[in-house]
Amino acid sequence: MRYFEDMRVGERTELGSHTFTADEIKTFAHRYDPQRFHIDDDAAARSHFGALCASGWHTTAVYMRHFVEFERREAERMRAAGETPARAGPSPGIRELRWLRPVYAGDTITFAREVKELRDAAGRPGWGLMVAQNTGVNQKGELVLSFMGAKFAEKRGKA
Amino acid sequence: MPKYYWEDFPVGHMAEYGTYEVTAEEIKAFAAEFDPQPMHLDEEAARASIVGGLCASGWHSCAIMMRILADGYVLDSASMGATGCPEIKWIAPVRPGDRLRVRVKVLGTRVSRSRPEMGFVNARIDMFNHADLPVMTVTTNMMLERRAKTGEPAGGA
Repeated sequence: MRYFEDMRVGERTELGSHTFTADEIKTFAHRYDPQRFHIDDDAAARSHFGALCASGWHTTAVYMRHFVEFERREAERMRAAGETPARAGPSPGIRELRWLRPVYAGDTITFAREVKELRDAAGRPGWGLMVAQNTGVNQKGELVLSFMGAKFAEKRGKA
Repeated sequence: MPKYYWEDFPVGHMAEYGTYEVTAEEIKAFAAEFDPQPMHLDEEAARASIVGGLCASGWHSCAIMMRILADGYVLDSASMGATGCPEIKWIAPVRPGDRLRVRVKVLGTRVSRSRPEMGFVNARIDMFNHADLPVMTVTTNMMLERRAKTGEPAGGA
């Protein structure tokens, strides 16, 4: 990942898009969240959702896949420029996770993140804390997912 | 017919569900699909990392929590899903061999204004490993159908 000093509040990054198929929605749900509206087309059609839709935990997992791939591309770009990528610290957690609308089979979700806050990490010299809003928007431009994620980011140091 | 409705989760209601045994194979399979970072994919790389050994993706922990809840009561309930989680805290790594259990405590409830047939349940969910150490804490807002489809609940909560 990039260094703490190189991050700016308000920076927005598109992470990529994913089309959720009925098959993968059901596969994830059978494993982790087998509620009727995630595994059965007919039962989903009769439910308040009106059609088969993805588990919210499936949506966040697919977000994560895009984030990890983005970070990998970013690290490669830095290495190509002769830089050593910053070490990624652990995430202490998530706040304000919202599933605002269902993600239906066939929906294409575009994931993005925007830096909201940068501050020193108390008790962790050499590291800063970065808070970003992470979002998913469907093909109609509707927000379906939003959460604030915190992450420790390494500083360049004294140099 | 569902066994449990919104009325069955009053403030202060507490229940425990599980256990769920986590394997290295499952940690790696989830990570390969959704969170391909070395500490979730490879024992040796994980040992060299900040977490000191193979551990589950935080999102995998969330998915496991959901499975424990699903088997515990959600599949027998009139669940309408959830609107989100005000907070998720990953407290300690989830390791291969962990046997996880989940404790649910209801913090607040209310009837939906726009959909009186539905109520919200705000709950705190703690997940523990077999050594009784907390590994994750989640607060969540669940939606459930009401047995009484209209009107305010008795007691006017």
